[in-house]
Amino acid sequence: MKKMSKRARSNLITYGIVILAYVVCEIVKGTGNMSSLMQGLLVPLCVYAILAVSLNLTVGILGELSLGHAGFMCVGAFASATFTKCMEQAIPIPTVRFILAVLIGVVCAGICGVLIGIPVLRLRGDYLAIVTLAFGEIIKNLVNAIYLGVDSRGFHFSMKDTLSLGLEEDGEIIIKGAQGITGAPSDSTFTLGIILLLITLFIVLNLIHSRTGRAIMAIRDNRIAAESIGINITKYKIMAFSISAALAGAAGVLYAHNLSTLTALPKNFGYNMSITILVFVVLGGIGSIRGSMISAVVLTMLPELLRSLDEYRMLIYAVVLIVAMIFTWSPAAIGLRERYSPAKLLGKKEKEVQ
Amino acid sequence: MPMLEVKNLGISFGGLRAVDDFNLTIEKGELYGLIGPNGAGKTTVFNMLTGVYKPTDGKIFLDGEDMTGKSTVELNKEGIARTFQNIRLFSDLSVLDNVKAALHNQKEYMYSTLTGILRLPSFYRLEKAMDERAMELLEVFGLEKEAHYKASNLPYGKQRELEIVRAMATNPKLLLLDEPAAGMNPNETQGLMDTIRFVRDKFDMTILLIEHDMKLVAGICERLTVLNFGQILAAGGTAEVLKDPKVITAYLGE
Repeated sequence: MKKMSKRARSNLITYGIVILAYVVCEIVKGTGNMSSLMQGLLVPLCVYAILAVSLNLTVGILGELSLGHAGFMCVGAFASATFTKCMEQAIPIPTVRFILAVLIGVVCAGICGVLIGIPVLRLRGDYLAIVTLAFGEIIKNLVNAIYLGVDSRGFHFSMKDTLSLGLEEDGEIIIKGAQGITGAPSDSTFTLGIILLLITLFIVLNLIHSRTGRAIMAIRDNRIAAESIGINITKYKIMAFSISAALAGAAGVLYAHNLSTLTALPKNFGYNMSITILVFVVLGGIGSIRGSMISAVVLTMLPELLRSLDEYRMLIYAVVLIVAMIFTWSPAAIGLRERYSPAKLLGKKEKEVQ
Repeated sequence: MPMLEVKNLGISFGGLRAVDDFNLTIEKGELYGLIGPNGAGKTTVFNMLTGVYKPTDGKIFLDGEDMTGKSTVELNKEGIARTFQNIRLFSDLSVLDNVKAALHNQKEYMYSTLTGILRLPSFYRLEKAMDERAMELLEVFGLEKEAHYKASNLPYGKQRELEIVRAMATNPKLLLLDEPAAGMNPNETQGLMDTIRFVRDKFDMTILLIEHDMKLVAGICERLTVLNFGQILAAGGTAEVLKDPKVITAYLGE
């Protein structure tokens, strides 16, 4: 391959940025120059980057606004944490356990994606957004009501309370309603997070630039024309939506295994989170995978870096968000950027010399 | 056996009878024109032939097989492709990707989603074959230089041509062109006429086109059907139909 295509080069740059960030972080951490605050942020950064990339598949590539992304993350988190808690003794190697947990989280979230996608994707635009929002909340509230226990007789399940599980003496409660899952081993590491992020990027970028991706983008650009050339609209919409959900599930697995106690709160799995992810996607550029990843990292770090400013922190965050949004998307700002872009300035000078 | 046979086709929207008792027979390799004043129901006929609307009455046969009531996707797989009166390109995709998207159902270029994600060797082989096929089709309309442009950045006339290329990429038996020359200047129209004729001959296609431009219709269509207020006003050889006093009245008024 003498001449690498523009696309392949752009993809390589994206992978390169992730690997470079990983190496830099590891070096800083290794030499003891990283604050404990930053160290605690490393895994969440991977979680949010994966979420932003996966949501971009729905919003940017499929072109449908989904406000329930945190719901799929919730499914992945709880399914995998339940698995890990049950298998703590059976599988002693954390990495192996984590890989299996990821598979379980991804499959469960993916199945939820298909089940929710079938009714939801009949709608379009604002209506779809509202319904996904509702589904996201339903998932979170359902998870809050689940009681699951295990004893010598097997698994016990209830939607009421711990007592109704009817556990024997030796029984152990796995999911305790709103109190969630306590004491599952924390298997997530920064390295595993980066690997998951790279896999997510690999799947999404390769999917976009393939026969399937073209079909999905054709539907986004013109549904009627896509049908007229024989593209099965329902099939590809559900496919894109469920892959996006499955990847959010992977982020949920990573998130769940970074905590000692996993609970479904409005803050982590509610619509606030779904909207935060959407902000990452919109700010990073709808349809731009690399952009959404970078904006997820920057916007997650920003409030933490501004922590010293106390109550002004969220104010500054909001102002930065508004300015960034205007700078990225307003037509006037785009024109200004083009006029004063470094390449253009250099080019102009050359012309003036002539 | 005719390529396309339409019998007593009709459709009502509520109380409005948009098309009534429409009959059409097109032989293989024919270049057939469907004309009529604005609002006569020409595009409605196209929408029924491509499954966008389900006809209220009548039957559609393609190569002797009953196609009535099939979906747009199924009809495309059976060999009916179309262009649109108001251009409907995949505007954010490149010109090349517009054509490659239309190769979606061609057996020789198919690969699974997993093959695409894992970038198996067959992915590279088939993508290369698709590129070649798409370029070959783009060359027919001289669009090969613009292959990597975003479709929405093409000039108007070329967007119309790209729509034809995209429809041709689905390898149809029957190509439906909805006002292919709309908005084109006389020179562009002349060029388009030559290309349509060339496509018919080289790709062995049967073409049904809707057109307002009488010069184009008279120049390339062998037979015509004239539609007015949803009903057939006249049908037959181009020269006779265009001389028909009823047709002249419908077009120019009393």
